[in-house]
Amino acid sequence: MKFINSFFNNIFKSSDSGVLTSRNRKTAYFFLLPNFIGFFVFTLIPIAIAFFLCFVRWDFSNPMRFVGLQNFTYMFTDSTFRIALKNTIFFSLVAVPSTMVISLGLAILLNKIIKGVKFLRTMYFIPYITSMVAVAIVWNMLYSPSMGPINSFLRNVGINNPPGWTASTDWSMIAIIIMSVWKQIGYYMVIYLAGLQGIPSHLYEAATIDGANSWQKFKYITLPMLTPTTFFVSIMLLIGSFKVFTQVMVMTGGGPGRSSNVLVYYIYNQAFVYNRFGYASAIAFVLFFIVLAITIFQFKKEEKWVNYTG
Amino acid sequence: MSKTKKIIVYILLIIGAAGMVMPFAWMLSASLKTNVQVFEYPINWIPDNPQWHNYIEIWRQIDFLTYYKNTIFLTLVVTGLSLFTSSLAAYAFSKIEFPERNLLFLLYIGTIAVPFQVIMIPQFMIIRNIGLSDSLWALVLIQAFTPFGVFLLRQFFMSIPNELSEAARIDGLNNFGIFTRIVLPLAKPALATLAIFQFVFVWNDYLGPLIYLSSDSNKTIQLGIMKFMTQYSSDYALIMAASVVAVVPVIIIFLFLQKYFVEGIAMSGIKS
Repeated sequence: MKFINSFFNNIFKSSDSGVLTSRNRKTAYFFLLPNFIGFFVFTLIPIAIAFFLCFVRWDFSNPMRFVGLQNFTYMFTDSTFRIALKNTIFFSLVAVPSTMVISLGLAILLNKIIKGVKFLRTMYFIPYITSMVAVAIVWNMLYSPSMGPINSFLRNVGINNPPGWTASTDWSMIAIIIMSVWKQIGYYMVIYLAGLQGIPSHLYEAATIDGANSWQKFKYITLPMLTPTTFFVSIMLLIGSFKVFTQVMVMTGGGPGRSSNVLVYYIYNQAFVYNRFGYASAIAFVLFFIVLAITIFQFKKEEKWVNYTG
Repeated sequence: MSKTKKIIVYILLIIGAAGMVMPFAWMLSASLKTNVQVFEYPINWIPDNPQWHNYIEIWRQIDFLTYYKNTIFLTLVVTGLSLFTSSLAAYAFSKIEFPERNLLFLLYIGTIAVPFQVIMIPQFMIIRNIGLSDSLWALVLIQAFTPFGVFLLRQFFMSIPNELSEAARIDGLNNFGIFTRIVLPLAKPALATLAIFQFVFVWNDYLGPLIYLSSDSNKTIQLGIMKFMTQYSSDYALIMAASVVAVVPVIIIFLFLQKYFVEGIAMSGIKS
């Protein structure tokens, strides 16, 4: 709100300050130009075109045809779209909370020690910076149902019928989720760690004097004081989870069958394999609206649970 | 905290860390084995007879050198261009008063929320129309002007006190002088953060190259290892060696510059 107010104030202010404004404006545009040209051509114009493409049928070779809302109504009857949407939501519902809980847990543990923090943090962080393609290839081998070390281990501890992981319709999403959580917890751990370090220690000291145990301190100090971090983390994770793609492409190709097809994988296929650019754009917009709705919903509920009194 | 508690914390953290690096250790060890040995169980972490020639073999089987060169070219050009253009734009958004400043900035941050998947199809059309599909420049153009860089640097430039730039102005520096002599030197940590983020993103990016780069001479390392995996799907050891070669540069860069990484992430988490 503050931002919008000052924005309008600025507009009204601009009319009365003559020469300086025009000189400033010139300099500002000079500084902005190199980036703005690229931003305009490769971000702003594409957004406008993307909106337009939602309402056409087009495959590059045949002329474009306006089809109104057909791309959107078609989605309701498209079973692959429904499966991809369902799988994406499943991914989100499982991967987001698990990542949050594990990375918070790790951050709390890491915050308790002094020696070796840097070394351990590095270990946890490495999966996040390495290429998704490479680690997905490695995990695929680890998951190999007949020979992979994971199932060899499971058989060794007495599980005779270990899951088929990426080769099984029941387990393919789970396999992708485990790997994705593993890859990203280091990043969110670092964010939580920064959040924990921002909690003033006198709060804990006061609680200790009052006789609070560790669980009470966690529940009544750590969690409430961390809500701004949790808010940020949950938004980032939710948005990211709806964009899951590379690991699906590399590990399962959306399969077996359609069991691990997700929205972005479906968009990619519709656009660049089947050349259905209109339909793919429409699905991409649905994705955008889901992400936007989640973000707005989170911000609306922010006041109820996020505590900014530091 | 009591001593036993502390030991338990350490044990938990070390077990967790082992789980995090286990896939990398397995990858490294498998890359030095023969195909038969790769899936042996119990895992032989240190191969008895390391097959170092696997690493020579992959460069022979597939044109890794070209993929490497392309990837290095892309990361350097995209990172350089985005540092250059983003820092200029961020200066205008933070240190120059002009009427449309907030409107334009709102436009920038508004688009950060738009997923890449929404604009990738129109971007592809535009690139095709200017005749740059299947060219590394296509990726340079779509990745070097992202609003994220402008946003990140602008946030940092805002924290540089205006008194500094005003004092410099009184001493006779113009905007360009203030930018190069005052703001940029002070913003080194933020520039380093953006550089590392861009470097890692471009090096690891898969979807972008997948859409644009079709001929072999233009492929990046990520497309290269995918190609390797599909062509030599049962050469497990070689695939692992190729993966090691693909991840090592980023890990090395990270180990040297992790300070900026961690600070950048902590900064984005707290200030949001």
